[in-house]
Amino acid sequence: MFTRRQALLGAVGAATVAAALAATPPAAVASETEIAELPRERVNLVAPPFVHAHDQVARSGPKVIEFTMTIEEKSLVIDDEGTTLQAMTYNGSVPGPLMIVHQGDYVELTLVNPETNMLAHNIDFHAATGALGGGELTLINPGEQVRLRFKATRTGTFVYHCAPGGPMIPWHVVSGMSGAIMVLPRDGLKNDKGEPVRYDRVYYIGENDFYIPRDQDGKFKSYESAGDAYEDTLKVMRSLTPTHVVFNGAKGALTGDKAMTAKVGETVLLVHSQANRDTRPHLIGGHGDFVWEEGKFANPPAKDLETWFIRGGSAGAALYTFVQPGIYAYVNHNLIEAVELGATAHFVVEGDWNDDLMKQVEAPGPIPTN
Amino acid sequence: MPFPALDLLRGLFALAGFPAAALSLTGWVTTQAPGDAPVPTATVAAGEFSFQQPGEFLLDGLPIANPERVVRFEHTIDIMRYQVSAADYGRCVADGACEAADAGRQVSPGAPVTGVSYRDAQAYAVWYSDVTGQSWRLPTDAEWAFVAAERFAGDPVLGDDPDNPAAAWLKRYREEAEKSRTIDAAAKAAGAFGANSKGVFDLAGNVWEWTSTCYVRATLAPDGSIRHSIDNCGVRIAEGRHRTYMSNFIRDGKSGGCASGTPPENLGFRLVRDHGEVPVS
Repeated sequence: MFTRRQALLGAVGAATVAAALAATPPAAVASETEIAELPRERVNLVAPPFVHAHDQVARSGPKVIEFTMTIEEKSLVIDDEGTTLQAMTYNGSVPGPLMIVHQGDYVELTLVNPETNMLAHNIDFHAATGALGGGELTLINPGEQVRLRFKATRTGTFVYHCAPGGPMIPWHVVSGMSGAIMVLPRDGLKNDKGEPVRYDRVYYIGENDFYIPRDQDGKFKSYESAGDAYEDTLKVMRSLTPTHVVFNGAKGALTGDKAMTAKVGETVLLVHSQANRDTRPHLIGGHGDFVWEEGKFANPPAKDLETWFIRGGSAGAALYTFVQPGIYAYVNHNLIEAVELGATAHFVVEGDWNDDLMKQVEAPGPIPTN
Repeated sequence: MPFPALDLLRGLFALAGFPAAALSLTGWVTTQAPGDAPVPTATVAAGEFSFQQPGEFLLDGLPIANPERVVRFEHTIDIMRYQVSAADYGRCVADGACEAADAGRQVSPGAPVTGVSYRDAQAYAVWYSDVTGQSWRLPTDAEWAFVAAERFAGDPVLGDDPDNPAAAWLKRYREEAEKSRTIDAAAKAAGAFGANSKGVFDLAGNVWEWTSTCYVRATLAPDGSIRHSIDNCGVRIAEGRHRTYMSNFIRDGKSGGCASGTPPENLGFRLVRDHGEVPVS
């Protein structure tokens, strides 16, 4: 069966491949030998909001895509007041890096927990099937590593996060241990009519809610290690009231010098994940041309959205072509969270102004009186 | 500065302010009695200078760079050599005449008070005049600029492209990002930013200073004269590394609306001793 499909894959174009795959029942099982014969590709992950180089349309049949992520426990500054989080990170960044594969590929992750860490960690891929998303098979102590392989059977953007059991689960997640994987259809993204769409740039925005304890004077406390912070943090977590809601791990992490960029006429794909809490992205002055709110590409995208809803524990994707230059704020449109708690990013967009779309017809001046 | 609504929006979203808990500062109050040690003042000689006027200016419906104006000071300006300290402000709080400043990131009583609004500064001026028996007030924007001399920066110069309002927004965004790159926001001990050529300390450091000047939007006639203008005294000018426009109740500059420049790291103030004449604004 596999060899037949392999022959098919070698013989036909990408579109047919995807159709064939989509039609393949989930029961289609490749043997270890067959998987071993697949081409392998090693991908070096990059820190968000950037995304590793990838093909939007697969150039060949399924592969085994190898990733390595090293878990790093470290202190991170999460706002401009110097407030610190005893963070737990995949690959040193909050959120962890976005991984991109195509449907039918095998994700082979080497997860490393260096002995400099103090805690046990694992990884639960919402894109994976079985064993608590892989969590059951990946729990590693400091000084250990593990290799997990799962088949990317469903397309879409999916959260991954640490889930080492019991109260450790939410604590590790709100300490920064989440990220996302995007499983693209082999023949790329499609609009609502099933026509191919492409992007010129892709950004990955991971949103995090943090719960930093305060001292008696109301100032944020800092701790020597994650373990030291645990008890106090748990109390704040149980209030369900975050002290920080941020993009890319810190207030202001995607503004100023670090603002995202685009040009008028460019199409940008925004992947937005929130592993713990609902959010509602909005691009001030722009729109979502095509939005996969739930992030799953098997469903047609919604069109022309003003604000979209990302359920806690999921990742969504929005495609937008910029048609006007300027500074755009990309926010969680709970504006208190955007402005007071930090969930604001900026786009710096170069290009020619379009008076047809907007013009200040009359500058501000006194109200005329007769 | 076209589309001020956008400026406001951007002020809101640029480095959105983090709420500093409003806490009592009674812990700071020292045993020193009010007015124990007179605050050192600098006497700045009378003189004339040309300076970039504050506000927003429109010509033919388009924003233009703030025009210069020649201002003459007939009298010396007696101004506090240092910004009002947290300790001095604490005495006003202890007297019940001032509201406690926002806790923010205050470091020591000797450091300038921060987390104070225009209204707090006004209350302090009234209290300080009362305890000293002298007349003290906030400087006007022109007085501040004259005293600040080489440290006065004014408004950012816009390179407006009439066909593309976004060009100016992008330019200013980049300039602001550049400026804010290396800033340490924590208020430093008095004197940390040194004196200027007129012997006044800490001007244009990381604490912006309230002035008494109101925001104004003026439409110019072709000859440069003001055709009409509208004041909004709900917004006052705070001076520092660049000029900024802040609602008078804002204590944390970063969350202040109406900011057309980078949000100030901190808001504080210093006072001038009034000679009784109408202040030059």
